[in-house]
Amino acid sequence: MLTFGRQVYAVLAKDALIERRTKDAVSAMLVFSLLVLVTFNFALDLRTEIMSAVGPGVLWTAVLLGSTLGLGRTFAIEREQGTLDGLLMAPLDRSALYVAKLLGNVGLMAIVLLVSVPLFAVLFDVALNPGPLLIILALGTLGFAAVGTLFSAIASHTRAREVMLPVLLFPVIVPILIGVVQATGLALGSTTARDMPWLSLLLGFDAIYVSLGALTFGHALED
Amino acid sequence: MEAQSPSLALSQAIEPPGPDLDAPAALNASRIVRRYGGALALRGVDVVLRQGESVALFGPNGAGKTTLIRVLATLIRPTSGTLVVGGEDALRNASRARRLLGVVGHQTYLYGDLTPVENLRFYGRIYGIADLDARIDTVLRDVEMEHRADSPVRTLSRGMQQRVALARAILHQPLVLLLDEPDTGLDDDAQERLAALIRRWADLGGAVLFASHHIEWAARAADRAVVLREGRVASIVGPPIRDARDLFEAYRDGAGVLSRAVPAAC
Repeated sequence: MLTFGRQVYAVLAKDALIERRTKDAVSAMLVFSLLVLVTFNFALDLRTEIMSAVGPGVLWTAVLLGSTLGLGRTFAIEREQGTLDGLLMAPLDRSALYVAKLLGNVGLMAIVLLVSVPLFAVLFDVALNPGPLLIILALGTLGFAAVGTLFSAIASHTRAREVMLPVLLFPVIVPILIGVVQATGLALGSTTARDMPWLSLLLGFDAIYVSLGALTFGHALED
Repeated sequence: MEAQSPSLALSQAIEPPGPDLDAPAALNASRIVRRYGGALALRGVDVVLRQGESVALFGPNGAGKTTLIRVLATLIRPTSGTLVVGGEDALRNASRARRLLGVVGHQTYLYGDLTPVENLRFYGRIYGIADLDARIDTVLRDVEMEHRADSPVRTLSRGMQQRVALARAILHQPLVLLLDEPDTGLDDDAQERLAALIRRWADLGGAVLFASHHIEWAARAADRAVVLREGRVASIVGPPIRDARDLFEAYRDGAGVLSRAVPAAC
């Protein structure tokens, strides 16, 4: 367990250091998410009465599209630099690598949400219910990152890896997308987290996706 | 008897004991076959690396050198065959075998945005190396890169990157070093230092297999040589290699065994 934790920390610290220096992923994710939000703001006339129905879709579309850029870089950058082989020939537990990359992606998505959600509230004049919303954002982010991390490894084998990731990712995350949009819609009202049935769905799919990711990740990395 | 990794610091001077054919096998690969779709890249290759010896791997482009090294490095699984590293079945328990392997490939496996020290620290943490900072200082001194230890790798020349890649490969004091054209990008001085490093690694009790196209250089670093052709072992030279001309002939002919007292497997 100590080795597992040490290896997760090593990969996470390395990725964080590189991202802090280059800001490649986070800048692309942020800019793209914000552009989508601003575009929707101009394109849609969201009156208050339809806000809870349409608003969550707008928010998660922006977050998902922006995050896909970062998720796609998870392993593409390792493969392009030739460092993936260095990781694979090291005595690095494949599950530890998955968990480290997953946590890194959750962190990147959290930064995007930290900026996007307040901007969404301002642009669309929405009153947020922070308690339930935080839980929903956390569960949604974990689910997207769990699938995205696994599929980023699979897509990195392909030549058109940047194109392949959304093609692989979007059909599989439909249950999470539905859950998170519905739950966010309820959170925009005055509902408490305890009353939201969609949270159970999100929790269930998160558990399934994280478990599947950790178990199958080693195979996904093999040529 | 379980094989032991070289435990001395590389920079320590020792007397070269020379190759010992009775030394325990550090790596034993048997009947390795690797198929890519319909194409056979390796057609039943046997390799035995004994502790204390360095072996050069030659062959024309497409002979299977890189594929063989990638199989031995556990980067790709063979279609069939067995691989034992330091007594560990590397196909069943790859993680334990990987601790005994140090690899330099066509790529450096280094992160361009990190410095040599940061790269080595990352890999050192993965390997769980004790007293890591001291070990990093030692290997950077061994490859004479301490003066650029804090420069981002992407700012280093190809030859310097190759030296840091070598430092990464020996960081955890592996029993077996697998080097795929390690002399690429190195100037004459650096090539000589690399040859000395290979010799010393073997003298310290490790085993080294390196692929190269530079026969004269390889003759100075290797105890014996294996020539691959079309995925098969075509020739074996040594031990010892008396003259680079032996290698030229074996490479050109690609047939016949020029070995003296070589075991059944190469």
